[in-house]
Amino acid sequence: MSLDQPQLDTSPKVSDEVRKTTCYMCACRCGINVHMKDGKVAYIEGNKDHPVNQGVLCAKGSAGIMQHNAPSRLRAPLKRVGERGSGEFEEISWEETLTLATEWLAPIREKAPEKLAFFTGRDQSQSFTSFWAQGFGTPNYAAHGGFCSVNMAAAGIYTMGGAFWEFGQPDWDHTKLFMLFGVAEDHDSNPIKMGIGKLKARGARMIGVNPIRTGYNAVADDWVGITPGTDGLFILAMVHCLMKAGKIDLDYLARFTNASVLVNEDPKSEQFGLFLRDEDGQPQVIDRRTGDLAPWNGQGVEPDLAATYRAKGVTHRPVFHQMADRYLSEDYAPEAVAERCGISAQRIRAIAADLARVAFNEAIELDRPWTDFRGKKHDKMIGRPVSFHAMRGISAHSNGFQTCRALHVLQILLGSVEVPGGMRFKPPYPKPATAHPKPHGKVTPGAALDGPHLGYTQGPEDLLLDAEGNPTRIDKAYSWENPMSAHGLMHMVISNAHAGVPYKIDTLFMYMANMSWNSSMNVGGVHKMLTDKDENGDYVIPKIIYSDAYSSEMVAYADLILPDTTYLERHDCISLLDRPICEADGVADAIRWPVVEPDRDVRGFQSVLCDLGARLGLPGFVNEDGSQKYADYADYITNHIRRPGVGPLAGFRNADGTGKGRGEVNPDQIQNYIDNGGFWIEHVPENAAYYKPFSMEYQDWAVKMGFYDVVQPYIFQLYVEPLRKFQAAAEGIGTRQPPEHLRERLKLTMDPLPFWYPPLEDGHADPVEYPIHALTQRPMAMYHSWGTQNAWLRQIHGHNPLYVPTKIWEANGFQEGDWACVSSVHGSITVPVAHQASLNPNTVWTWNAIGKRKGAWALDEKAPEATKGFLLNHLIHELLPPKGDGLRWANSDPITGQAAWFDLRVKIEKSAVPNEAQPVMPAIKSPVPKGPKNLAWKVGK
Amino acid sequence: MTQLPPPSAKKLGLVIDLDTCVGCHACVVSCKGWNTENYGAPLSDQNAYGADPSGTFLNRVHSYEVQPAAGEAQLIHFPKSCLHCEDAPCVTVCPTGASYKRAEDGIVLVNESDCIGCGLCAWACPYGARELDAKEGVMKKCTLCVDRIYNENLPEEDRQPACVRTCPAGARHFGDLGDADSDVSKLVAERGGFDLMPEQGTKPVNKYLPPRPKDEMPEFDVLAPYLEPIASDGKGFVGWLDKALSSLPGGAK
Repeated sequence: MSLDQPQLDTSPKVSDEVRKTTCYMCACRCGINVHMKDGKVAYIEGNKDHPVNQGVLCAKGSAGIMQHNAPSRLRAPLKRVGERGSGEFEEISWEETLTLATEWLAPIREKAPEKLAFFTGRDQSQSFTSFWAQGFGTPNYAAHGGFCSVNMAAAGIYTMGGAFWEFGQPDWDHTKLFMLFGVAEDHDSNPIKMGIGKLKARGARMIGVNPIRTGYNAVADDWVGITPGTDGLFILAMVHCLMKAGKIDLDYLARFTNASVLVNEDPKSEQFGLFLRDEDGQPQVIDRRTGDLAPWNGQGVEPDLAATYRAKGVTHRPVFHQMADRYLSEDYAPEAVAERCGISAQRIRAIAADLARVAFNEAIELDRPWTDFRGKKHDKMIGRPVSFHAMRGISAHSNGFQTCRALHVLQILLGSVEVPGGMRFKPPYPKPATAHPKPHGKVTPGAALDGPHLGYTQGPEDLLLDAEGNPTRIDKAYSWENPMSAHGLMHMVISNAHAGVPYKIDTLFMYMANMSWNSSMNVGGVHKMLTDKDENGDYVIPKIIYSDAYSSEMVAYADLILPDTTYLERHDCISLLDRPICEADGVADAIRWPVVEPDRDVRGFQSVLCDLGARLGLPGFVNEDGSQKYADYADYITNHIRRPGVGPLAGFRNADGTGKGRGEVNPDQIQNYIDNGGFWIEHVPENAAYYKPFSMEYQDWAVKMGFYDVVQPYIFQLYVEPLRKFQAAAEGIGTRQPPEHLRERLKLTMDPLPFWYPPLEDGHADPVEYPIHALTQRPMAMYHSWGTQNAWLRQIHGHNPLYVPTKIWEANGFQEGDWACVSSVHGSITVPVAHQASLNPNTVWTWNAIGKRKGAWALDEKAPEATKGFLLNHLIHELLPPKGDGLRWANSDPITGQAAWFDLRVKIEKSAVPNEAQPVMPAIKSPVPKGPKNLAWKVGK
Repeated sequence: MTQLPPPSAKKLGLVIDLDTCVGCHACVVSCKGWNTENYGAPLSDQNAYGADPSGTFLNRVHSYEVQPAAGEAQLIHFPKSCLHCEDAPCVTVCPTGASYKRAEDGIVLVNESDCIGCGLCAWACPYGARELDAKEGVMKKCTLCVDRIYNENLPEEDRQPACVRTCPAGARHFGDLGDADSDVSKLVAERGGFDLMPEQGTKPVNKYLPPRPKDEMPEFDVLAPYLEPIASDGKGFVGWLDKALSSLPGGAK
């Protein structure tokens, strides 16, 4: 060692203590180690023992310290004193706040509980918030799924009992070919990155299908720069190729799907298109052993994919015949779809061939015996090592439900769901649509709702309609406009409440949803709706209560603000009753706990609901003597019992903490979680790890763990009979009939087999005048609006130009530093542009939610987010433009109500450079002061 | 002028896989967090909530578009931090001896108490890997987490740079590139790891693994056998189905 080299302490003390909790910098829910010094948060890293992230942590997670200390944190409850939208508030006490909220809400509950609309955004406590809303008695509750990815979730549940992300994941350890559709770089965040890393390390291949080649698509071995909204067409062309070549898993299809179930094919029959059922209501198949009818689940039955059945003059053919008729049609030939998809026919064939090659010529076998629900013993697990993942890119279109269905059908035809190397469900999924609740909406003044709000309709009888056929819910979920709206339609609430259609409400109560900014279409219009007054000078939406931890754009539009804590100051449970953290090999849940106490007069929103629920006397929130049942959310997490033996947390149950899944209350449960690193996991037995819907080993284990109370094996629904029931109603069958103006659309879209139709905007906005598709993506290093207040992350993503492909760039003569006017049929924006070559030639895009309103988030009004940042939301309306039929159609998927963000069509022209991105909205007054100029954030000595 | 020590046998450094890096910036922020709280002065931020925020980062990810002569444009994510060069010009240019290369493992460091913030080292570094902290007025650079990799207060598995520990895709590897048998050296050999700007003569210790070729899926002809038609319509398909099913186990046919 050289003499002048300084002596270094290479073993400095790292921290006083490590507190392990769950990240909330996005929805991924990774485990984090929070290093504490002098009682303060000093450093955050990933928890190596945690099932979700196994030690790694993304940029957002590592920047949590800046979020936790953000100057934009609200400090105390606020009561509006100026006009709505002015941002004029006074700080009030919690007692005054809760008294006021009770005074507003109690009379509503007594007379008309539906006058409360309670909607939550990106919270992770939906099983709790929905329980509260159910106790209140309003049918108007949902979370944000309707404007997020309900198409993906609902298509997955109806087709196979689960979709991607929280429901399932690729078998990263075995898959040999991974195909990724339309994932905007999160959902999941770290697990996808870890999975891609595993593939790369093994030399496995990855195909990215996305109009934009960034992020995961940048590292994909092959990139397919598809035209937005045509994924379904591309997928069904591959289905065409694979069926035409017989490259499908016949044994799997016969045993584990309804391909073999017999369908009534008599157009004159009331049963046309429905399954042939026995007296017990079980769908029928032909048993290959006998050639006779048998129930699909009969012991020993060998379902026949080919045999037809004729009785009483009616022919019944298996679903598989119908699929052959449809998908072998030349309409789905690669040549027929290539131009619309922007992918050559040759390339479509090449990808289909590659799927076939890997699925069938590189099949894998695991020596793990298992038993299926018909009692058949299998000595091996056969793997088709192709796997898929998809999310909002294919979901957020008005044809998204059928597109997501098409993708699942492709997976199933290849025999690659719940097999080694394919896609695997995460317990407590799989869970078929029939095992979920149906939607409930029966209102009784002064009493609870008749059941859980959200669920899965099985036919017209499950729609939530009043005696006149009008929607029961303010968002018109489960109406004929969107019969399978499994997550509600949060994006329609303000618009409908303002219009008073289907009825007027009194109070809008929202949590963690920036509905006056990036979470709403038609931002300027929403501001008007929120501030509009009637002829008496009263607000059209009379009262608005909002809970947020930060000074977001929404705060100024509420009358009463309930300030929430940061994620490091609160209790939470990431529950099996909700959206848990499970992995394919294990059931798991997790908590958050206050690793630091708030230094402001703020309270965790769920604890506030415990208090407010008691003041309102809601069932489930008061004891028999009327006193408050749960002191706070932690008390609820520990002591609430949903079903016998089942509570919010599945681990460490019973007084001694030994109960797994089912068990009695354990007063020390939260401490047990803390001691275990903030989570609990129980591994799936090895012989139950695959074939979960069909495996008796898995089914028995699932009952033991309390996911459900009796075994419920099922088969995948290639043909979704409930869709046919809605379609049949539109054809005039049955007593519950749709309104005339929706009949034709229902006949077309409620097809029981996946098909493709153009995004609805194409029929409303002239594709010649608006030839360009416009998309947003969420950056990996920033989550919605939450990131912009983050001093570290905003240095990475402080600007969001509109990225323009070479063809459009050159056609407009754009140069670096230029701006453009971008117009849709609804509005126009003027924004900075940047060139990107690795982009679909007819697509422009920008980062999601970088743009900020001046005055929000404790940012300087000159912050680039507020001067150059912009939202595409200004170009998108919650209603499609009029097309002369006297109607305004929702800009949503007609099946699920999913907000069709990605249907957007625009035109673009060079603009003079304005002072700021247009439109400019006036600054809003902030209830918190601006942040410090400079930071040097060291908490240790 | 500051002397470099004789080349060390142990050459600690990073191997960064450009085929795997998804450009997520996890390494950037983890580094910022650890090094704000640890070695030397915190990494400060100016105008943190203002019009033109800028701060000190020891590691940044850049993205470059590549347009091949034929085929689709590609996007390469390129993380960059100090490469701990053997012939480190940032050390030899330092007028005070603050910049130095450790004799025992080759890590290049700045002794902040001797740094006068003259910025010569940043000019000398051909990679732009040093940043002068605007608040503290001292030069900051990657320390290879010298306060982690030997730290006996950390569990052994955590004794690696923060950026490596956190990288979700596993695109960053840490080890001894002076040892031909180390995992990192083997990875470099297998994957054709390369030096950044070798013409600068700095002999960087860090290595980059090149992106694998993209968009090379075989054309249809090669794969044609996989899609050879068995039927052209639904009726033909059912005929094929009958035959295909008879070869499956389980039936009476």
